[in-house]
Amino acid sequence: MIKAENISKSFGLVKALHSVSLTVKENELFGLIGPDGAGKSTLFRILATLLIPDQGKASVIGYDTIKNYRQIRMLLGYMPGRFSLYPDLTVEENLAFYASVFGTSVRQHYQLIEPVYKQLEPFRNRRAAQLSGGMKQKLALSCALIHRPKILLLDEPTTGVDAVSRKEFWELLSGIRQAGITILVSTPYMDEANLCDRIALFQDGQILSIDTPANIVADYELHLCAVKAPDKYLLLKTLRSWPNTYSAYPFGDAVHLSTTYKINNNELKQYLTHHALPGSQIMSINAGIEDRFLELLHQKTLTHA
Amino acid sequence: MKSANRFFSFVKKELLHILRDKRTLLILFGIPIAQVVLFGFAITNDLNNAPISILDRAHDQGSREITERLLSSGYFTLLDNLDHPPDIEAAFRKGKAKLIIEYGPDFYQQLMKGRGLNLFLAADASDPNMANLLVNYASAIINKYILEKLPAMANQRRIQPEVKMYFNPSMKSVFMFVPGVMSVILMLVSAMMTSISIAREKEQGTMEVLMVSPVKPVQIILAKVFPYLLLSLVNAASIVALAYFVFGMPVQGSLFLLGLEVMLFILTSLGLGILISTLVSTQQTAMMISLIALMLPTIILSGFIFPIENMPRLLQILTYIIPARWFLVIIKDIMLKGVGIAFFWKETLILAAMCLLLLGISIKKLKVRLE
Repeated sequence: MIKAENISKSFGLVKALHSVSLTVKENELFGLIGPDGAGKSTLFRILATLLIPDQGKASVIGYDTIKNYRQIRMLLGYMPGRFSLYPDLTVEENLAFYASVFGTSVRQHYQLIEPVYKQLEPFRNRRAAQLSGGMKQKLALSCALIHRPKILLLDEPTTGVDAVSRKEFWELLSGIRQAGITILVSTPYMDEANLCDRIALFQDGQILSIDTPANIVADYELHLCAVKAPDKYLLLKTLRSWPNTYSAYPFGDAVHLSTTYKINNNELKQYLTHHALPGSQIMSINAGIEDRFLELLHQKTLTHA
Repeated sequence: MKSANRFFSFVKKELLHILRDKRTLLILFGIPIAQVVLFGFAITNDLNNAPISILDRAHDQGSREITERLLSSGYFTLLDNLDHPPDIEAAFRKGKAKLIIEYGPDFYQQLMKGRGLNLFLAADASDPNMANLLVNYASAIINKYILEKLPAMANQRRIQPEVKMYFNPSMKSVFMFVPGVMSVILMLVSAMMTSISIAREKEQGTMEVLMVSPVKPVQIILAKVFPYLLLSLVNAASIVALAYFVFGMPVQGSLFLLGLEVMLFILTSLGLGILISTLVSTQQTAMMISLIALMLPTIILSGFIFPIENMPRLLQILTYIIPARWFLVIIKDIMLKGVGIAFFWKETLILAAMCLLLLGISIKKLKVRLE
């Protein structure tokens, strides 16, 4: 449904995308995972026919994004990264306006947006400016869905949204996918990656890896354990100076330590006690998406160095 | 049907924006009314109850009669009576009196004996235009009195031209201001408000979504400017109505033709507004450009306030590209002279060419993408 081949794009001296290629299959929920400034929005805008790539080409539903942008715009639902509704119009007015822009009515595809819009219904006479972050995003999603697009492009829909609303939002997405709509979504939150069918790990305008979340985690080649100690900063410093360490990153209230071979927990414990960190806990764990992401980043910096 | 629907919902949405934004409402309706009232009543070149002082050293029939005539003319009111000649400068210093009239001793006697006019007029020339006006009005009244008293003198005196002011016989400055105010307001509403409202969509990020819709950029822009076209027409109509009913300004020519010419000027302004909106990405810059590049020239270089004939040659050439310059000529021709298109087809043609050029450029500059 979406095909991007060797896409590069620069803004002045800043290179936003380096030869990015990816394919999104029909009815897939595809996630673009990466930190802010990785170039996700630029890729979205190219796919949404709003920008022309410097190199490479892209097609959406078989249409070229440059030559046939008009056909694509009929079939596309796009939700930009920033809030893109009329703050002085009410929920209902926003929806009705976008419906007419796309030549449809709220009633025509109501079934599709019902699960989303039902949650907004109590606030339908409230101005969009006065909605909470989560509600705003749900309204934007309803507006992007109103004409029943074949493909939905969602640029960081859950950024700045509370944890509960984020969860609700992803539940809505899986419902939309079941209605037969292909979804390309970007997010800086690694924990959301597991909810996608396939993901692309994105960093500095380059794709580090594309696969299903399970396969991406399975590619993790290192041994991983979580280490906890009261003084996390000292712990991190100490672990990084341990000769056996491959990498160490803070992760929630623990530090994730990766090594190239299975380590002896007692040996590490002794080393930590010796460095003024007695009583630290060490637990072997399975890698998550973020661990794999950091491993790929680490490899990249090593090869560059 | 679909596109008509789309168009109306665009218009409805735009009207909601306007109605819900107090600032926009104020600019749209507050400023036009304030300007008309301001120019109509307050900022006026007409003489009305100017305070004068009188130093009467004659106290005879002549001085009394002239003073009476001056004060009953409506142009002057008596501030106070002075006693000594040195009071004159002091009176001006105080700044209240605009004009001081001094009758010499035996004023009437000397006048009747034909020994000349023992009369002295002193004006406060810190506002030179006003001083001129005061002296002219006062002289006219005094001359008329003398002629009545001494008809024989009329033959001795050199021939005075009899002046008649055409088209604006009572020289009301409101007749000058109404066309000017109208062009400023139409510029404000059409060019500034549309450029701001398009820039707002860019700022909000809603333009990005609209661009990705099946609607063509031309359709978006046309639907966006339509409400402002309507509002401009309403504004123009209310200015003409206000001028007609409140200030007694005549509409000698065809109202229909007036409407068409106003429409032409509005479309030209809308073209300017769209052009500005394609150049800027924030409301702030849209407003600054509109104010500096459109409003100021419309006020200063259109002939509204400063006569074009008095400008340096370079500025005169610059006025050619100001749409309001041509619009003002047309409006005055229709409203005051009551002549038809035959007399201002040149101006109309220039305006129409500007309109087509601006709309053409701005539509061509509309982008289908972000870059």
